[in-house]
Amino acid sequence: MVLVEAIILSVLAASTPLLLAATGELVTERAGVLNLGVEGMMIVGAACGFGAAWLSGSIIVGALCGIIAGMLLSLIFAFMTLGLAVNQVATGLALTILGIGLSGLIGARFVGERITTAPHLYIPGLSDIPLVGRILFGEDAFVYLSLALIVAVWWFLYRTRAGLVLRACGDNHVSAHALGYPVLRIRMLAVLFGGGCAGLAGAYLPLAYTPFFIPGMTAGRGWIALALVVFASWRPGRLVIGAYLFGAVTILQLHAQGAGVGIPSQFMSALPYLATVIVLVLLSRARTGGSTAPAALGTVFVPDR
Amino acid sequence: MMKRLLSAAAALVLAGSIAGVAHAADKLKVGFIYLGPIGDLGWTYQHELGRQALVKELGDKIETTYLENVPEGPDSERAIEQLVRAGNKLIFTTSFGYMDPTLKVAKKYPNVHFEHSTGYKRDKNMSTYSGRWYQGRYIQGQIAAKMSKAGVLGYIGSFPIPEVISGINATMLGAQSVNPNIKVKIIWVNTWFDPGKEADAAKALLDQGADIIMQHTDSPAAMQVAAERGKLAFGQDSEMIKFGPKAQLTSILDTWGPYYIARVKAELDGTWKSEDTWGGLDSKMFEMAPYTNMPDDVKKMAEETQAAITAGKLHPFKCPVVGQDGKEVECKGGANLADGQILGMNFYVKGVDDKLPGK
Repeated sequence: MVLVEAIILSVLAASTPLLLAATGELVTERAGVLNLGVEGMMIVGAACGFGAAWLSGSIIVGALCGIIAGMLLSLIFAFMTLGLAVNQVATGLALTILGIGLSGLIGARFVGERITTAPHLYIPGLSDIPLVGRILFGEDAFVYLSLALIVAVWWFLYRTRAGLVLRACGDNHVSAHALGYPVLRIRMLAVLFGGGCAGLAGAYLPLAYTPFFIPGMTAGRGWIALALVVFASWRPGRLVIGAYLFGAVTILQLHAQGAGVGIPSQFMSALPYLATVIVLVLLSRARTGGSTAPAALGTVFVPDR
Repeated sequence: MMKRLLSAAAALVLAGSIAGVAHAADKLKVGFIYLGPIGDLGWTYQHELGRQALVKELGDKIETTYLENVPEGPDSERAIEQLVRAGNKLIFTTSFGYMDPTLKVAKKYPNVHFEHSTGYKRDKNMSTYSGRWYQGRYIQGQIAAKMSKAGVLGYIGSFPIPEVISGINATMLGAQSVNPNIKVKIIWVNTWFDPGKEADAAKALLDQGADIIMQHTDSPAAMQVAAERGKLAFGQDSEMIKFGPKAQLTSILDTWGPYYIARVKAELDGTWKSEDTWGGLDSKMFEMAPYTNMPDDVKKMAEETQAAITAGKLHPFKCPVVGQDGKEVECKGGANLADGQILGMNFYVKGVDDKLPGK
């Protein structure tokens, strides 16, 4: 295997959980809800996904359980912030703390167990093409699923009426409500979608990335996903670029170190975050043109009846 | 399914916490502060095994409590104080970052005895204890040099602190004693624990031509990567052979049990006093996991080196030690580097083809 190919394969694997979680959060935030509990939903997804896969012997069952676990946790968030109109930031942070604790509890039983990872696809002929074959046709299914998902989300947000309504809820919930759209129900569905994506992203880690469960194994990836949504200025296309950029910088800095490039590793580790800050500055300077945050993001909506 | 799992797990935790309190009042209370969850399969897990060995040995005379997932730094002070208030007379704080908080609480409660792991600050009622893991790394270096076909070792570092640097140096000195031209590639991941990143680092090292993976981070992720790729690796802190049955050569196993038992016995006898313990292979502060996945002659060499180090005949940092710049390092400990020089090591030995971060 050529080194470049090996690097790209590692980048694909490292970016996929970020892309999955960020895709869900993008939809949630587009509906006007800021759910800071991504990390918590991810780690619970990881624990449940691994547990289910270990018990059933099936990666697909594991992935589904991860999704369901993320959704269940996000349901708590939806109940608090949409049903009881509690502050979203505080609830999201609490959700993360709850998720980390809960995952330890659920996962305690499975620590030290191992499973076989999700199989890599193999399409005779196509996967054997030199250089690009393994990249385009030979990774695990999650990688391609995450890309298909973000394309679907783009199509949904910009090419369907339902997507337009969802964005309307995120930009001006009062108007959307006045037009007769069920703002809270739409937001709840968006939160659930975000939870499912975060759960799947978490499950990806023990199912395909490092096939075992250890408490805290998400190691901050949920927070990176949150930053990515801002980095992408809430646009699906930029989200893909952002996720792969993050993954690429992470992997490339490891390779740079191994190859003996004399840049301090601490600086390289900080690069992705530096990039986020720079993008934020650029965005705020060019506020007129591009779309920035959904106008009603993070605000509580209580319909007057 | 989910529900059954949850309730089973909840029942387990409840049973555990109740078992922790329901004991007679006149027993000696011994407390432990853990950095990670006891299920981390590494650092904290080994301390927990030590506590279990202690309970097995002296369970009828003592009562133990532990607090897990206690973050390092000022927050830990409350946790330590909580153990004091609960009546614990001997408290083990098991991570470097608890050093100052432990000292602070120790000054406040002169009648309680404290034991801090891997630190260097002591007091009348505060001991320190740690392991000479560099001895094990020297053996690993020899094995790695014998087993590597490419002559390139891959080393995953956590943070460039003296303990990790002395580990790299000991590895290289061991490896050079077998193959003077051995090369090492080092990747710093700047974390103790991030399975994904550790796995990525292992992949990067293998992709760049290393064929033996050594790590100073806490999860078995790197071992798994090596196993998947059919390469060899060393475990860290605990037995990781389950994650690489055909990959693990050996692993440095922290065995705190004997030390914990000895110290608690001293406390029971009233002979406890503040000490600085830096135990090596001879004191069984750590052990080497069985030498596996290697031919008999390599195994024999490893066993002989281990025996020589244990008997005090071989010191990994035997003078002269030559630094990266080609100059001899001042030898402050007679025939070997002084303990202080090893504890504060901030240079690479000759042959390490890497620049020390921040230098």
